Amino acid sequence: MSDTAAAGTRTQVLSGNEACALGAMAAGLTFYGGYPITPSSEIAEDLSELLPKAGGAFIQMEDEIAAMGAIIGASLAGAKAMTATSGPGFSLKQENIGFACMAEVPCVVVNVQRGGPSTGLPTMPAQGDVQQARWGTHGDHAIIALAPYSVAETFDLTVRAFNLAETFRTPVILLLDEIIGHVNEKVRLPEKVEIVERKGPDAPPGKYLPYRHTEDGVPPMAVYGRDGYRFHVTGLAHDQTGFPTNNPKEIDLLNRRLVWKIERRRDEIVEVVRERCDDAEILVFAYGSVARAAHQAIREAREAGIAAGLLRPRTLWPFPDREVRELAERVRTIVVPEMNLGQMAHEVEWAARGACPVVPFGRVDGLPVSPAQILHRIREAARASGREARP
Amino acid sequence: MSFRYEIRLSGEGGQGLVLAGKILAEAAAIYDDHNATQSQSYGPEARGGASKSDVIISDGEIDYPKAEHIDLLLALTQEALDKYVSDLQPGGTLVVDSDAVERLPEGKWRVVRHPFVRTAREQLGKAVVANIVALGLIVRLSRAVNEDSAEQAILARVPKGTEDLNRRAYRLGLDLGGEAAAAR
Amino acid sequence: MTDYDKYLRLDKFPLIWCPGCGDGIVLKAILRAVDRIGLSQDEICMVSGIGCSSRTPGYVDVNTLHTTHGRAIAFATGVKMARPDLTVIVVTGDGDATAIGGNHFIHAARRNIDITVLLYNNWIYGMTGGQASPTTPRGKRASTAKFGSFEPNFDIVALAAGAGASFVARETVAKPLALDKLIERAILKKGFSLVEVMTPCPTTYGRRNKPADPLLMVQDLKDRSVPRGKVEDIPELERESAIVTGVFVDVNKPEYTEQYAGLVEKLGGRRTAPAAPSGGSKTP
Repeated sequence: MSDTAAAGTRTQVLSGNEACALGAMAAGLTFYGGYPITPSSEIAEDLSELLPKAGGAFIQMEDEIAAMGAIIGASLAGAKAMTATSGPGFSLKQENIGFACMAEVPCVVVNVQRGGPSTGLPTMPAQGDVQQARWGTHGDHAIIALAPYSVAETFDLTVRAFNLAETFRTPVILLLDEIIGHVNEKVRLPEKVEIVERKGPDAPPGKYLPYRHTEDGVPPMAVYGRDGYRFHVTGLAHDQTGFPTNNPKEIDLLNRRLVWKIERRRDEIVEVVRERCDDAEILVFAYGSVARAAHQAIREAREAGIAAGLLRPRTLWPFPDREVRELAERVRTIVVPEMNLGQMAHEVEWAARGACPVVPFGRVDGLPVSPAQILHRIREAARASGREARP
Repeated sequence: MSFRYEIRLSGEGGQGLVLAGKILAEAAAIYDDHNATQSQSYGPEARGGASKSDVIISDGEIDYPKAEHIDLLLALTQEALDKYVSDLQPGGTLVVDSDAVERLPEGKWRVVRHPFVRTAREQLGKAVVANIVALGLIVRLSRAVNEDSAEQAILARVPKGTEDLNRRAYRLGLDLGGEAAAAR
Repeated sequence: MTDYDKYLRLDKFPLIWCPGCGDGIVLKAILRAVDRIGLSQDEICMVSGIGCSSRTPGYVDVNTLHTTHGRAIAFATGVKMARPDLTVIVVTGDGDATAIGGNHFIHAARRNIDITVLLYNNWIYGMTGGQASPTTPRGKRASTAKFGSFEPNFDIVALAAGAGASFVARETVAKPLALDKLIERAILKKGFSLVEVMTPCPTTYGRRNKPADPLLMVQDLKDRSVPRGKVEDIPELERESAIVTGVFVDVNKPEYTEQYAGLVEKLGGRRTAPAAPSGGSKTP
């Protein structure tokens, strides 16, 4: 338990970025490598103070790619490591994120999303990177991505991101957006957080296989040079010893395990929040800051006599397909508001498999989706399904 | 229905409006034990340009953290006023820096004019505390937060060594707010 | 006499390198240097990028990290910052370190972080089929410079020195015993150190530019070598093609991780070594 988190038990007004830095410290962060980029820089700024005070390491790297490389190196050397960035930087990090997937290196990558593509809107919010989080790096792989909708939840999901990274030996993407990153709100941070440490080697040095195909799909991980363990790590396709291989059988096993180790245990990873879904006829699927507007919208819809509910995933990847499917069979319509042009609506539609219509609503003008806009879509959906609101 | 009060502090980058907004939010959330959010929208400029800081205070949960129906708008520049006044509710309060704002848009608002920057410079010797003077006026005028709470929040937030200056600025603002309320 | 086998992963042999490649000569020089210093295998972390030279760590029984193209120094910076107790050696090539990875190279030198970079310069991208690199000499051919390169080259030694390295040296594989002494000094140096190693690539460079014979290529390196300080002694016409060898920079100045540890101490903290993973079996 770090001092930082213990100091967080009083009521505070914090921004999402501040809560992210504190959450990382509470989770046991010992290494941060980053490069400044709006609107994520406050995370680096805070950690440049918190880490040296706690004996951890902070370094501002020369670029985004270097920052991603540095956290991988630090993690292999035994650190709990994180970097934070925004759209353009997230693009630059993709190759090394793939390395972390392939070499199974636990680390946390925070992306405080801003408007894109390219330089886009540095100071304005968007959710345009949700598919990039899934498929930004090349090749088949699974990924875990979380999206908090409040400052308090940013703290919680930052801790969870570290725990999932260590549990599954994988990079975890934490997707904030500019609103969540910069909004200041009242929080009381938890006194204690649960911390997961990585599973250490299960065989003596010399017999240890750093990429063993274990039953749970996650190979035990040694620390470089600690307790006599020396091992090789490469981004090349490798066998269980960690050395490059061209053996099709070994390559197939590896690629399948990298996906399987996460997809098979998706129930441990996927978290959704259901608000008034039991009797809902119109379902809103929303995440991140848009879920806040959606929350207000379903309340107002209920006041107007429309049975609206909210399905709010805290985990974006693996996608909560079963949770969507289950509700799709019960509701009349699913409305999907996003600060992009339908990136998740597409997934919702796929998960619903035609059980009900899916109505995307995208906003890409740099402004947040408002409660009124969502309410309008809920009303339209109610009307279309023969459920008029009370006058 | 719970109460919800929306304040927008606007002006140009560098006028300390984000800080003032954060102080208001802390006064409400920490010292008054209400809920509060503060968010800002800003351009790429660190100084200049129109900047705004939205504070929402409520005794209920605050979902959407952006101000949509503003109860009180502070505008320290003409550009900020022109840009943000459209979100001010009819019957709301418009507080402007009378030296910086020449044209007042039409609307059913209660208007309070005061040269905040000049007052801060001439009476306190530091133009930089104009934000705290305005804060004092807003606190007394709106009663959105407890006056003692705001003072505590200010003292907890401002740089060490400037507490006295900021306290004087705040109290001067309270007096101005009292005058404005009486003038009504 | 160095017991090379002790440091090698012999089960990974034969080496990937072509006959006549100089990379094996450098590998042995590294092992001699490490052996003389008396470093344990556990306390060495060898990091590489992509390319022929970057396959070196795969054969060395230490902690080894084969990263993405150009990024070895960035990964190595993370390793060193997390674990200052490890001796971090980067093995890289001219393309890896001065083209795609140029930014990391100069910034690690600027920070003066205690990493030893062994940069194998063979004037070409060997592994991928002989494309031109930032060091392909003017007029020399490459698979992407079919009419001869006309680009100016990086002077890697000057680049490292200008960027702030504590130790900068150059040697060729034609003088392996001089090479291991330089590598030894580079590893022992507290701060960023660079050894540029001139090494032949008969397969992709020699074939296009002659001589293609590995022995002649090594002889050529030897013939063109001029110790630093003796450059003035050779005819002016030969200076342009001379390979100036020796130590160019050897200074003592504040090292990055030590300065960082100083900051931590000043703040009242202590550098925490990352915890060993729990739940597994320990060394029997």
